[in-house]
Amino acid sequence: MVQEKIIEMLAETTDVDASEITADTKFADLGIDSLDITEMTMDLEDEFGITLEMNPELNTVGKLVAAVEALVDEA
Amino acid sequence: MSFKIIGTGMYVPEKVVTNDDLAQIVETNDEWITKRVGIKERRISETEFTSEMGAKAAQAALDNAGCTAADVDLILAASVSGETVSPSMACMIQNRIGATCPALEINAACAAFLYLLDTAAAYFALGRYKKILVVGCERMSGILDWSDRGTCVIFGDGAGAAVLEQGSNYLDVVCTVKGGDDVIKIPHALGCSPFFKTEQDTPYIHMQGQETFKYAVSAICDDIQSLLDRNGLTMDDIAYIVPHQANKRIIDFACKKLKISEDKMMVNIDKYGNTSSASVPIALHELHMSGNLKRGDKLILTAFGGGLSNMACLIEW
Repeated sequence: MVQEKIIEMLAETTDVDASEITADTKFADLGIDSLDITEMTMDLEDEFGITLEMNPELNTVGKLVAAVEALVDEA
Repeated sequence: MSFKIIGTGMYVPEKVVTNDDLAQIVETNDEWITKRVGIKERRISETEFTSEMGAKAAQAALDNAGCTAADVDLILAASVSGETVSPSMACMIQNRIGATCPALEINAACAAFLYLLDTAAAYFALGRYKKILVVGCERMSGILDWSDRGTCVIFGDGAGAAVLEQGSNYLDVVCTVKGGDDVIKIPHALGCSPFFKTEQDTPYIHMQGQETFKYAVSAICDDIQSLLDRNGLTMDDIAYIVPHQANKRIIDFACKKLKISEDKMMVNIDKYGNTSSASVPIALHELHMSGNLKRGDKLILTAFGGGLSNMACLIEW
């Protein structure tokens, strides 16, 4: 569910087709900047009721999905 | 007893520095700056000190209000980029405009103009003063690291002011301070004490971009929603919002979160960049001069910045 949501958000932001975005996709390869990632992070916080620390190591879809899922499980 | 705003004024230096001009100094370009922060140009002082700009904005506000310096009972000023720590910018402005009233400075970084208004409201509540002049003035170009493309493209110089008179148009305020220097800070110069051994960051603006963005959007959204809820209002009751002009992306994202139309937001960051404590009064003055404000309109002013300090207020024009 988390991965689907993140891919949906990225497809809206970048105009890249959702079918082309996978867990291994790097945000940098989608042409989005750090503020795009911050905006997506804030939307995810609202969507899942979590607080996510900004972390440059969360640089792929899969890593962000894992971070969000871990926080959702804790909640 | 609080106040009503009877005049506004602004001053920006003549020199316009475009994004293309900055591309000659640091590795950047117009497309990146426009997309990233929504700024096309900013004004940069070549000769004028902060208090000179503050005094010119103050005089413009007095002229706009139909007052003279002799009518002012108190001057409250704010700056993070004054040419002196002492005298304060308020005292320098008092001298430059030829006033003789008390004058003091308040530091709340980019949110400071709102703190000036709230302090003025407290003085009016005491019944001590009839007219208070409030001024935000900045020469941000003097506290920038001009080799850091992440910050030097964002800021500009200028000043904004307002004349307040006893009244009842300051309706409500929300204020939050979360003290700490990990997100935004401007260290002082180290000095030359032969005894002090602790190292300090350079005396320029240091900002964590993503954390600043998150904080700013949350501050705008939470403060505006609190004001609406506490006063039984909806966004339909608000004519305009005048936000601190920090970054167009912050304003746009706050609009999306609050589900409000962008035309309710007064935005002029494209022309002036982020002028810290001067940004709200400059934006308020341009809104005033646009002729779109009507007496009785409800406005929300909202600002956030180093401290971390944020504040928003509901006023009736």
